[in-house]
Amino acid sequence: MEIEQVFETMDYGPAPESAAEALAWLVDGGDRFGHFIGGTFTEPADGFESCNPASGEVLATLSQATQDDVDAAVDAARKAQAPWARKSGHQRARYLYAIARLIQKHSRLFAVLETLDNGKPIRESRDIDIPLVHRHFYYHAGLAQLMNDELPGMAPHGVCGQIIPWNFPLLMLAWKVAPALAAGNTVVLKPAEYTSLTALLFADICQQAGLPKGVVNIVTGDGAVGEMIVNHSGIDKIAFTGSTSVGRRIREATAGSGKALTLELGGKSPYIVFDDADIDSAIEGLVDAIWFNQGQVCCAGSRLLVQEGIAEDFYTRLKARMDNLRIGDPLDKCIDVGAVVDPVQLKTITDMVDANTEGQTYVAKCPLPERGSFYPPTLITGLSPAATLMQDEIFGPVLVGTTFRTPGEAVALANNTRYGLAATVWTENVNLALDIAPKLVAGVVWVNATNLFDAAAGFGGVRESGFGREGGWEGIQAFLKPAAKPKALKPIAPHARPDEPEVADPLDRTAKNYVGGKQARPDSGYATPVYTARGRLLGHVGTGNRKDIRNAVEAAHKAAGWAKTTGHLRAQILYYIAENLSARAGEFATRLKDLTGKDGKAEVEASIDRLFTYAAWADKFDGAAHGVPIRGVALAMNEPVGVIGALCADEAPLLGLVSAMAPAIAMGNTCVLIPSEPYPLAATDFYQVLETSDVPGGVVNIVTGAHADLAPTLAGHMDVDAVWSFSSTNLSAEIEKASTSNLKRTWVNNGHARDWAGGHDAKTFLRAATEVKNIWIPYGE
Amino acid sequence: MGETMDIQDTNTTVSGAALPQVGHTRNPGMALDMDWVKSVQANTSAIERRAKTLPGRRSVKKAYQAAWLLKAITMIDLTTLSGDDTAGRVRRLCAKAAHPVRPDLLDALGMGPITTGAVCVYHDMVETAVNALEGTAIPVAAVSTGFPAGLSPLHLRIEEIRESVKAGAAEIDIVISRRHVLSGNWKALYDEMAAFREACGEAHVKAILATGELGTLRNVARASYVCMMAGADFIKTSTGKEPVNATLPVSLTMIRAIRDYHARTGYRVGYKPAGGISKAKDALVYLSLIKEELGPHWLSPEMFRFGASSLLGDIERQLEHHVTGQYSASYRHAMG
Repeated sequence: MEIEQVFETMDYGPAPESAAEALAWLVDGGDRFGHFIGGTFTEPADGFESCNPASGEVLATLSQATQDDVDAAVDAARKAQAPWARKSGHQRARYLYAIARLIQKHSRLFAVLETLDNGKPIRESRDIDIPLVHRHFYYHAGLAQLMNDELPGMAPHGVCGQIIPWNFPLLMLAWKVAPALAAGNTVVLKPAEYTSLTALLFADICQQAGLPKGVVNIVTGDGAVGEMIVNHSGIDKIAFTGSTSVGRRIREATAGSGKALTLELGGKSPYIVFDDADIDSAIEGLVDAIWFNQGQVCCAGSRLLVQEGIAEDFYTRLKARMDNLRIGDPLDKCIDVGAVVDPVQLKTITDMVDANTEGQTYVAKCPLPERGSFYPPTLITGLSPAATLMQDEIFGPVLVGTTFRTPGEAVALANNTRYGLAATVWTENVNLALDIAPKLVAGVVWVNATNLFDAAAGFGGVRESGFGREGGWEGIQAFLKPAAKPKALKPIAPHARPDEPEVADPLDRTAKNYVGGKQARPDSGYATPVYTARGRLLGHVGTGNRKDIRNAVEAAHKAAGWAKTTGHLRAQILYYIAENLSARAGEFATRLKDLTGKDGKAEVEASIDRLFTYAAWADKFDGAAHGVPIRGVALAMNEPVGVIGALCADEAPLLGLVSAMAPAIAMGNTCVLIPSEPYPLAATDFYQVLETSDVPGGVVNIVTGAHADLAPTLAGHMDVDAVWSFSSTNLSAEIEKASTSNLKRTWVNNGHARDWAGGHDAKTFLRAATEVKNIWIPYGE
Repeated sequence: MGETMDIQDTNTTVSGAALPQVGHTRNPGMALDMDWVKSVQANTSAIERRAKTLPGRRSVKKAYQAAWLLKAITMIDLTTLSGDDTAGRVRRLCAKAAHPVRPDLLDALGMGPITTGAVCVYHDMVETAVNALEGTAIPVAAVSTGFPAGLSPLHLRIEEIRESVKAGAAEIDIVISRRHVLSGNWKALYDEMAAFREACGEAHVKAILATGELGTLRNVARASYVCMMAGADFIKTSTGKEPVNATLPVSLTMIRAIRDYHARTGYRVGYKPAGGISKAKDALVYLSLIKEELGPHWLSPEMFRFGASSLLGDIERQLEHHVTGQYSASYRHAMG
C-alpha cells in the first residue's frame, strides 16, 4: 500500500499479533498432548483435533480421556489431597502466588494461544482474560493466607471435579482452580474439547511453580469425560460452568450422591436503558455486552430493554455503531469481533436467527472474512416477550430488543425469564438505579457499565442460571464444608397405634394446616392420628397432599412484600414470637414430652433462644462493599432466596421447625414448612403463636403430612426457590432430582444428623437463606 | 538517507493548509434549544472506560502508521503563545509550518509536500505570520477575546476579534466565559458566542471551552452544544494554560456532541484538542478516536486540528524511524 494512498483513505491496515511463540510452544509439545496427571504429562493417545476457528487450521491433536485416565487422575488427586490440605494457608498461598506470577510473566503467550484456540480478539485475551486470570490467582493466594483465621471450623471438600466451558477457557479454569486450591482441595479438571490448549499450558506452569504432584490434574476430552468425572465415586465436589441443559443433567446425576455442587449456567441477561441515560455510553456498553467475545458470554446483556420515548433514536445510533465494528482475524490488534468458537456453534446461531420470523432484523454492515467461523453483529428489535429469541440463549453476537414504558414494566420484562445471571441498568438517576437493582432477579447487576468482573466480587446466578458464587469471600464457601465429621441420622417412626388406644380428651382439638395466615383443612379430607409413646391418642393432624403444597406456595408468594420489610421489623416480630412462645412454655413443654417422651422444657427454651438469635441477626447479616479495582463499589447484598420449602427435623419437633423458620424469615424469605412427621402437633400448636405475633399471613405456612409424600411436590414445584431437608427419612436423592425442574437451591442432610440443641451454626443457615447479589456501581462526575 | 535540505517548490500541490470547512457548509448556528441542552448526559465512568480501552482496540502499524502521522502533521495548528514571542520567533515557526518534514524523508515516504494546518499566534503576531506565510495556503489563527482567561470587557473582546480579522487572521480561537457555564447561565454563553461569531465575519471561529475549568463532563457536553448552537465552526478543548488540557474523555464527550449536532442539524462542526498532546502515539490514538466516533469526514484539516507545539518534533522522529529503521534524534530535524 502506497503511503500517499493511505494518507487519503486513512484506513487502519493490518496490525497482526505474531503467533510464532505460541505455535513454537505447540511444536515443542510435538503438536500432540496427553493428559496432566500426577504432575506429569501422559503419552498422547487417540483423540481429537483442536482447531483455530478463524482459519480452520489444526493446532494440535489432543487425547480423549478414558475411564482409566479419569481414575488415575482422581487417584492422583486423592493421594495429594490430605498433604495439600495439611499445608498451612501460608504455604498454599506461596504456590498460588507463584502461579499468578508465572502466568503474568507468560501473559502474552497465554493470550495468543487463547486467541488461536478460541477465536476471541487478541485485545480481549490480552487486556481482559489473562489479566483477570492472574488477578484471580493473586486474590486467592490472599484467601489461602487468611483462611485459617477468618474461616475457622471449615475444611475442604476433598477432590473437586471441575468442568469448564470454551468461552473463557483459561479464565474459567482460574475461577475453578484458584479457590479450590486455596481452600485445600485438589482438582481434576476437564477443559472444553474446543479449547484445551491454555489448560495444558497451565499444567506446564504448575510444573514450573513446583506445585505438588496431583494437586492439579487435567484430562482432555468431550462430554463423555465430563460424565466420568461427574459420576466418579472418588470425587467430593463438582463445579461446572456451561449450559443450563448440561447443568441440569449434572444435578440429576449427582442427586443423592452427597457430592457438593455449584453450577454456573446460561443466561438471557437484560440490558435496561432509561430515557435519562447517557445514550452514547449505553450504546458503547452494548459493544462490551453482546459483541464482547462474539456474544459467547453467559452473562452477556443480550436482551435490550429501552424506554419507549428514546427507542427510535437509540436504535438509529446503535445501528451506526454496529456498522463501525471490525470483524475478522482475531490476532489482528484492530479487531472488535473475532471468530465464533466452532462451525457447530456458528450453525446453532445461524439456525436460531433464521428460524425467527418476528420483529426487524438489522445486520451490521461490516465485511466478513471469506473463511472461518464468523457471524455478523446482529440486532433484532420489536420482539414480544414470547418470542423464542427473547427467551432462549443464542450465545452469539445477536442482540434482541423491545421497549418498556415505566420502571415497573422494565423490571417485569427483565424478570420475565427462567434465567437470572446478570442485569445492566443505565440511568443517570441514582434513585432509580438503586431502586431497580435490588428488584432485578440476577446474581450480578451493573449500573452504567457492563461485564465488569473481579476476583474480589462473587459471580453467579439465580433461577436456572445456577447456584453458587465464584470469587470473593462468598465464592470460597463453595469449596469448604464444616470440619466436623457428620453422624448418621436414624429414621424416626411415629408412635404406633396401640391395640386399645387410651381415649383422648373428649374435647377434641382440630389441628389443621396453616396457609396464608389462616388455618386450613387439608385438601385430602383425611387425618392422621398422633399417639404418645404409651399409646395415648394425642389428636389428629391433616394428611397434607400436593394441593396443600400448591396452596401454601401460592400463599408464600402473595406474602413476597415481607422481603421489603426492614430487618428491624422482622427482628421485632421474631422477638414477639419468642415472647408468646415463652408465655406458653409450660404447655409446649408438656406437648413435647407427650410427643417425644423427652423433657420438653429444654427444647422450648432452646427454641426461644434460637428465635432470639435470628431476631438478632435480622438486622445484622450485613453485605459487603468489595474492594474491586475500579473507581466505584461492588455492593454484595444479601438478598432473600424467595420461597423456601423445608422438611423439618423429625427428632426436634419444635426446635427443628423454629431453626428452619427463623433464619428464613429473618432474611426476608417466606416459607412452607413441613413439620416433624412423627411428632407434628408441636407445629400445629405453634401456628397459634404465629397468629398472635403479628406474622403477616403467608410468611410462614405449615403443611403436615408424610415427608416422602410431600417432598417430591415441594422439590419439584417450579415456583419454590429453595428446598431444605432435615427429615430423618433420607429424601436427599429424590429432592435433588426433583429440584432440576427449576434448578432450585437444595440443602439436604444426606442422611446425616444435626445437633439441634447445641453448637448451632447460625451463619450456615443465614447463608442458605440468602443469595449474594453483587451490584457494581462505578461513579465519578 | 541523504540529509540535504531541498527548498520545496511551493507551486506543487501541498497537502494540509486549508480553511476549516472548505467544501462544507459552515455551521450557521440555530436558536438556543434549552430542552436539548438540558437533556444532555455524560456519564464520566463510562466515558473514561471507552477512552481507556480505545488505544487497545485500534492499532495502526508500519506504512499505515507513517501515512497517519503525515496526516496528523497537516492537522497541526503549529502554535506559539508566549509572552516572549518576537517577530523572529514567529517567522521561524512559519517556516517550519511550511516545511514541517525534511524533504528527503518525504521523498523516501513517497509523499508530496505537506504543511501544517495553520499557525496559531497572539493578535500582535498575526501580521508577522500572515506576511511570513505569504505564498503558502497556510491560514493564520489568532487566539482572541482576552485569551486565556477571557475576563476583559466584552466590547474589547469583540473588538479584539475584529482587529485580528483585519490583520489577516483567517481563524479566530475565542475563549468562552467559564463563569457562564459554572453558573448555568446558558443564555449568556449563547449570546456571547453568537456575538463572537458575528464579529468573526468570514473568519472561522473556534470556541475554546477551557474544559479543565468546567468541573464536569456534563458541563463540557452542554457547553459544546450551546457553542455549536451559537454558530461555532470548531469547538476546542483548552487554551493550553489550564491545569488540565486535552484528554481523551473530554474529547470523547465533545465529539459525541458534534456527532449528535450533525445528526440533528446536518451541519458539521470541527474539533480541536489542544494542550498536552506531544507524542506521535497520542496523535494516532486521537485520530482513531475521531475515525471511530465521528467518521472519516472529520479526518481532514478542515474538520480536525491538533493544538500543539511539540507534537511535530516527535512525529518527525517517528517518520525517520519508519524510513531508516533506526531511532532518530531531535537535532536531525529543523526546529521551528
